[in-house]
Amino acid sequence: MKSVFVVEVLSLFCFVLLSQVTAKNSEDIRCKCICPPYRDIEGQIYNQNVSLKDCNCLHVVEPMPVDGKDVEAYCLRCECKYEERSSDTIKVTIIIYLSILGLLLLYMVYLTLLEPMLKRRLFGHSQLIQSDDDVGDQQPFANAHNVLSRSHSRPNMLNKVEHAQQRWRRQVQEQRKSVFDRHVVLS
Amino acid sequence: MENPGYCSGSFDGLHHPSDDDDDDEMVDIAGATLDFSSTDDVPPLSSGGFEDYSTTTTTSSSSSSSRAAGMNGTGPTKLVDPLEDPLPGVGTYEDFNTIDWVREKSKDRDRHREITNKSRQSTVALLHSVSDAFSGWLLMLLVGLMAGALAGGIDIAAHWLADMKGGVCLIGFWFNHEHCCWTSNETTFQERDRCPQWQSWAELITGTSEGPFAYIVNYLMYIFWALLFAFLAVTLVRAFAPYACGSGIPEIKTILSGFIIRGYLGKWTLIIKTITLVLAVSSGLSLGKEGPLVHVACCCANILCHLFTKYRKNEAKRREVLSAAAAVGVSVAFGAPIGGVLFSLEEVSYYFPLKTLWRSFFAALVAAFTLRSINPFGNSRLVLFYVEFHAPWHLVELAPFILLGIFGGLWGALFIKANIAWCRKRKSTILGHYPVIEVLVVAALTAIIAYPNSYTRMSGSELISELFNDCSLLDSSQLCGYKQPTNTSETGAGNSLTDRAAGEGLYTALWQLALALVFKMMITVITFGMKVPSGLFIPSMAVGAIAGRLLGVGMEQLAYYNHDWFIFKGWCSQGADCITPGLYAMVGAAACLGGVTRMTVSLVVIMFELTGGLEYIVPLMAATMTSKWVADAFGREGIYEAHIRLNGYPFLEAKEEFEHSSLAVDVMRPRRADPALAVLTQEGMTVGEVETLVESTHYSGFPVVVSQESQRLVGFVLRRDLLISIDNARKRQEGVVSASQVVFTEHAPTQPDDAPPPLRLRGIMDLSPFTVTDHTPMDITVDIFRKLGLRQCLVTHNGRLLGIITKKDILKHMAQIANRDPESILFN
Repeated sequence: MKSVFVVEVLSLFCFVLLSQVTAKNSEDIRCKCICPPYRDIEGQIYNQNVSLKDCNCLHVVEPMPVDGKDVEAYCLRCECKYEERSSDTIKVTIIIYLSILGLLLLYMVYLTLLEPMLKRRLFGHSQLIQSDDDVGDQQPFANAHNVLSRSHSRPNMLNKVEHAQQRWRRQVQEQRKSVFDRHVVLS
Repeated sequence: MENPGYCSGSFDGLHHPSDDDDDDEMVDIAGATLDFSSTDDVPPLSSGGFEDYSTTTTTSSSSSSSRAAGMNGTGPTKLVDPLEDPLPGVGTYEDFNTIDWVREKSKDRDRHREITNKSRQSTVALLHSVSDAFSGWLLMLLVGLMAGALAGGIDIAAHWLADMKGGVCLIGFWFNHEHCCWTSNETTFQERDRCPQWQSWAELITGTSEGPFAYIVNYLMYIFWALLFAFLAVTLVRAFAPYACGSGIPEIKTILSGFIIRGYLGKWTLIIKTITLVLAVSSGLSLGKEGPLVHVACCCANILCHLFTKYRKNEAKRREVLSAAAAVGVSVAFGAPIGGVLFSLEEVSYYFPLKTLWRSFFAALVAAFTLRSINPFGNSRLVLFYVEFHAPWHLVELAPFILLGIFGGLWGALFIKANIAWCRKRKSTILGHYPVIEVLVVAALTAIIAYPNSYTRMSGSELISELFNDCSLLDSSQLCGYKQPTNTSETGAGNSLTDRAAGEGLYTALWQLALALVFKMMITVITFGMKVPSGLFIPSMAVGAIAGRLLGVGMEQLAYYNHDWFIFKGWCSQGADCITPGLYAMVGAAACLGGVTRMTVSLVVIMFELTGGLEYIVPLMAATMTSKWVADAFGREGIYEAHIRLNGYPFLEAKEEFEHSSLAVDVMRPRRADPALAVLTQEGMTVGEVETLVESTHYSGFPVVVSQESQRLVGFVLRRDLLISIDNARKRQEGVVSASQVVFTEHAPTQPDDAPPPLRLRGIMDLSPFTVTDHTPMDITVDIFRKLGLRQCLVTHNGRLLGIITKKDILKHMAQIANRDPESILFN
């Protein structure tokens, strides 16, 4: 367990560093100039991807809507801001988020729908061993895996995983009972 | 309350060692069920629940002697019974019980003393002691990094998913609306969001974006996405981590005061809370993500504590780290590290030593820095509604600010009462049996009513950011729809607006905002507390910001049309920009948030960190103080304390004054009509008698006296330790039978040769239990409980043992005095 967490933490750290170090995509910088209405010229927004030193009205506002003398007055009213973003960070974050969400949904579907089906299929082949641990719960989460695990003899590692998963399921059930049914915690 | 199943189960349960050291997993109690439905103490002498510890082996060096030393507090004593090796079972506590602060702190002191002593012996030991000292800082660094990274991820994902309700980006589905149009040149001054790369659902499905049909398609898609997100959120919470619902701050407050809720800060709760928080926020529900971010940060801290032995084994040290993590949570939510530390100090933490202050600040800074480097908003800002104006304000404006404070206080009191009534309904009636349907109905209601009004359609933080914005010529939103000046020479310096009359756009915005205010006030009451992660900072701030902006615009127009009134004459002349509605919105937001949560210093500091300047401290303080006073007039508790009380957590409020003049003898047990106190004598009882006594009662501990006649106090022994020791002795030690004598003295009395060997239990006894005399006033007793974190305290009279007071007795007594139901204290 500990090593898993260390790996997790390190990978998060690397992700953070990476997001800083990723090559600045030329499309990820821009200079945005907002120019308000001036006399009879409408307000306008100008975008260009120039670097910080070129981020001013003269470089960005093209074509210049006013002539020579008024350019200075016009540019005084425009406000130019330099902005940066990292589209790679956004892409990676969204993809990670969607994959975790997808995995969780698949796992949930598996636990609620597929396992009882597998359990029913095995019912015909082996005896249903009642477990005295799960007292009186008919939830699909609890008994099915128990039955599955006892129908074959498995190596130790898998047994450990099964055991841990059983324990986790019991935990979640207890939590669900306190929160949703009895409203004892977190009402 | 009879719970025989529990008692017998405890013997079996003790010898199933858990596979891993993870003590945020629940105890493996074979055959026993945790029954909390009737924790009512029908036999009136029950001094508490059960303290069955999980069978985690402790590997602390010389733990046996340190255990004894920890109990006695007088230095390491030689163990009497050589068979009392580090027994599995000491160190962790059972679910829903309070920790023993005194024991945890002395355990840590002993460990530290031992490391320091050893460090003089060799270089390796010296390095070990140095690394032990630095482990705290390393842990803070890791907590800050992890929480900052998670918060950045949550922000990016929430923005993207929320925009998904409106349309898709064609150049890359992972871009939200703003980033999709980032490089586009098609944006115009009036319509800053329009660009061809972003297609709304109506455009994708029907091909048009105008007309009633497109509007209806957009409306339906919005409702569909909102329902889908809400449904996914609540089913994930229900299936994987039921503890991930709600805000989390009331439970974290209780945990920090010493309560144990296993699994509340575990890895599944962290994963589910992160994922479902994004879903819940994106579904358009009227909730925020600040409270859940505190929970997420505390989960990160709890998980990272497992890497360090010093924090894994000791519950008191772990709570120091959790206090710092709460600061980190608020720091990443608002981009306010100092405000976060003060929030942790004022609202969440119970014991906050100075060392924690410095470390929390460090962790909060690390987290803020991490968040900034991830740059979720694309402009190096940490929060969406950073305010940049520095317009001055005038003393006369204090009157409307105080008015906003009164509004905030009234709103806070009303909200708390309404929300608690609604949550109580959810607890007790049929409404609580259908959590999924409830979430779906509320999400549908919110989506249906919110879509037509553009101010409720946008997310809470966007709304606040627009309301905080000071209008200038560069803005083209509806809220800045003032009438154009007739003469261009009237425009003020730069692009700031002079005061102008309201135009059409502004009037529309005003009535839309008024409707939004009413809607938000009502919908937040039923949204907070649902079975999805929900916070209430943003909705409260939104309510206050709307009210503030309305008042601000009203003042501005009043000043524009009436320049020659007495109150405006001196400072608000024609053509000057004197009133900033954005400032009123800010003050209103602070007032409402202060009214609901009763934060004082932390709120002001958070708000001024948001604005980046000290100009507005006086208005903010005036409004916050007014709102707190007005709200306190209606009820002393903030929303989090009210929820703690609703759930019956054993939280001894540190700020409450105990004003009744009762004495310790009035609160202690046994009362007059009750059977006598169940005690053990230091010698003369057999193993069988002790077992019968323990099994026939439910007390969590027993005082040990010299003899039944003298009732002179020797020490205090916990039920759990007794059971473990007796059980262990029966199995391992030679010759211990029911007739063996149980001996708590240092030297066993002489016995005939054919008598069975005695069972020496001095090592498990606490030789220095806390006592008060029967005439001690209750306020001093309550103070002792608070300051030392006691669970029970013995009462003596003229040096003889009279009774016992537990924390639960105190809580029940306080409930009775305040005319509340004493049976509402469920836990101990």
